[in-house]
Amino acid sequence: MTIFADENTRVVVQGITGNEGKFHARQCIEYGTKVVAGVTPGKGGQKMDEVPVFNSVAQSVNEAGANCSLIFVPPPFAADAIMEAADAGVDLIVTITEGIPVLDMMRVKHYLNTKKSRLIGPNCPGIISPGRTKVGIMPGPIHKPGGPIGVVSRSGTLTYEVVYQLTRQGIGQSTCIGIGGDPVNGTSFIECLEAFEADPGTKGMVMVGEIGGSAEEQAAEYIKENVSKPVVGFIAGMTAPPGRRMGHAGAIISGGAGTAQGKVKALKECGVHVCEDLGRIGEFCAKVF
Amino acid sequence: MKIHEYQAKKLFSDYGVAVPEGAVAESTGGAKKAAENLGGFPVAVKAQIHAGGRGKGGGVKIAKDAAEVEKHAGEIIGMNLVTHQTGPAGQPVKRVLIEKGLNIEKELYLSLMADRESAGIMIMASQAGGMDIEAVAAQTPEKIIKVGVNPLSGIYPYHCRQAAFGLGLDKELVKPFSQMLTSLYRLFVERDCSLVEINPLVITGDKRLCALDAKISFDDNALYRQKEIAEMRDLDEEDPLDVEASRYNLNYINLDGTVGNMVNGAGLAMAVMDTIKLAGAEPANFLDVGGGATAEMIENGFRLILSDKKVKAILINIFGGILRCDVLAKGVVEAAKNTQINVPLVVRMEGTNVEEGRRILADSGLDLQTARDLKDAGQKVASLV
Repeated sequence: MTIFADENTRVVVQGITGNEGKFHARQCIEYGTKVVAGVTPGKGGQKMDEVPVFNSVAQSVNEAGANCSLIFVPPPFAADAIMEAADAGVDLIVTITEGIPVLDMMRVKHYLNTKKSRLIGPNCPGIISPGRTKVGIMPGPIHKPGGPIGVVSRSGTLTYEVVYQLTRQGIGQSTCIGIGGDPVNGTSFIECLEAFEADPGTKGMVMVGEIGGSAEEQAAEYIKENVSKPVVGFIAGMTAPPGRRMGHAGAIISGGAGTAQGKVKALKECGVHVCEDLGRIGEFCAKVF
Repeated sequence: MKIHEYQAKKLFSDYGVAVPEGAVAESTGGAKKAAENLGGFPVAVKAQIHAGGRGKGGGVKIAKDAAEVEKHAGEIIGMNLVTHQTGPAGQPVKRVLIEKGLNIEKELYLSLMADRESAGIMIMASQAGGMDIEAVAAQTPEKIIKVGVNPLSGIYPYHCRQAAFGLGLDKELVKPFSQMLTSLYRLFVERDCSLVEINPLVITGDKRLCALDAKISFDDNALYRQKEIAEMRDLDEEDPLDVEASRYNLNYINLDGTVGNMVNGAGLAMAVMDTIKLAGAEPANFLDVGGGATAEMIENGFRLILSDKKVKAILINIFGGILRCDVLAKGVVEAAKNTQINVPLVVRMEGTNVEEGRRILADSGLDLQTARDLKDAGQKVASLV
């Protein structure tokens, strides 16, 4: 079993005729994802390989039955693209784009509160339910289908490292989600943990956090009260200096808040199995699960 | 991106927010002239650097006549100002802001910031002006008034009234305060700020509001649409290696340790720094060459790391995903040949086509160690420094 995306997910790729959009649309198709449409305004009627291209997301929903959008459009146009997808009524919006202005994302976030769409990202690798569908840019082959572990992370390649070590230990994944490294994003850790808790195919979770903000602390409180399945936690940035943005727009320790040490403490206090050495997280998970 | 106080005050003026009369000078003569043009003493001589805590570090002085202006400006311009925010190395002062003195009755605190928790703009105000607001927030949180604004609907008079009454302002000041706060909000959203802070905001003897200090930071992601703001960037305020990195579009931060490292992806890069530390060494930098690193970026990354004289060994950790390991290995080999690496190099590579990648490294004739996994990589590189 999976959360948020499975073999019934029908993807429209916004920005499908750009370099990145084209490359990753092909990679998704190769993995087995149902990519039913693309959108590039002004290029409606064309095709990208066998995929029909439309001028609007609404058209792709009406004519190709898309229920999920995967967004690659550049930062200046990303807020527009997300809101268009939400307006067209897709269930899931996965935004890969890195570098969206924070004020744009704030407006998008409040706008989405009035819509049914779930946003994953931005600035994220996307979501994969191994063996069923891949809506994102992660390398498919490092994943192991069939569960039973759900993975949720703020990072991209760091998640690949964790997943790779799980797979090497023979531990499969139900769904892996990158929620993104920006300060304002769509789906939160808590929403993913809640869905994993409810998913009968998921027996445990790995949560990968990093410095900045308080999402991990909030998740820790949530886990303590609401999650019965075992959770392994990892926090990147124990050695990060305060006041500096560590690559991700959201990864910054400000005013002494958002440190890795504080997050590790909060997670431990709430019963999360915290692994402090990324090099051993696979072995660590094998012991816990 | 940060700007100087004098630049922030210019923006305040553009938006109708009152600031003290003043002018910038880069020499003692210029400072004296600026003071005389203000037509009256005392004046403040304020060092213009990005870091806070300038007053305590000796970077802000009051002059009661022209001779004192020259004296203070002479001491401040060219000084290496050390504050709690500059670190022990300090920051050289290139210019001073000369400002007319004010008759101050009361000092307040006011700021607007992008608040990630509420995905909105948070107004913070306090009667405890002129103090370290983080200390106030930690010790007496009840002294801070917070008013959240939804970015879709924007600011309304009730937001301003909430802050004004919270501050206990006199009735006749509520309206001018509201106008000022509305202007600041407009500045915040129109210029893509991440922080606008006035500490202190003063009430003068004749009951006027005036921004005695001004601090603004901007959202780096929005600079593409803020050309005028982007031009205010002062490269002298940044670490030269950081500036070099931004030229190559690399995420680089110079740190104090001896293990240079290069990683693809920000989260993994942080985790690799932690791994180095766990293995008993200290990272010399944070360097994220991006989830989709190219051979060229790897070469630029090498150059950056090698230009840091502290570096005694280098660890490269690449998780090849979409970008295959064999391509990355070729990039590493090319870069290593082109940049003459004179410190030991440990490479750990994983992911798609890893066998081919490892073979390329092994056959390259380069003097490098390969690591089996991340744990092994950390231990190997730590043993070299």
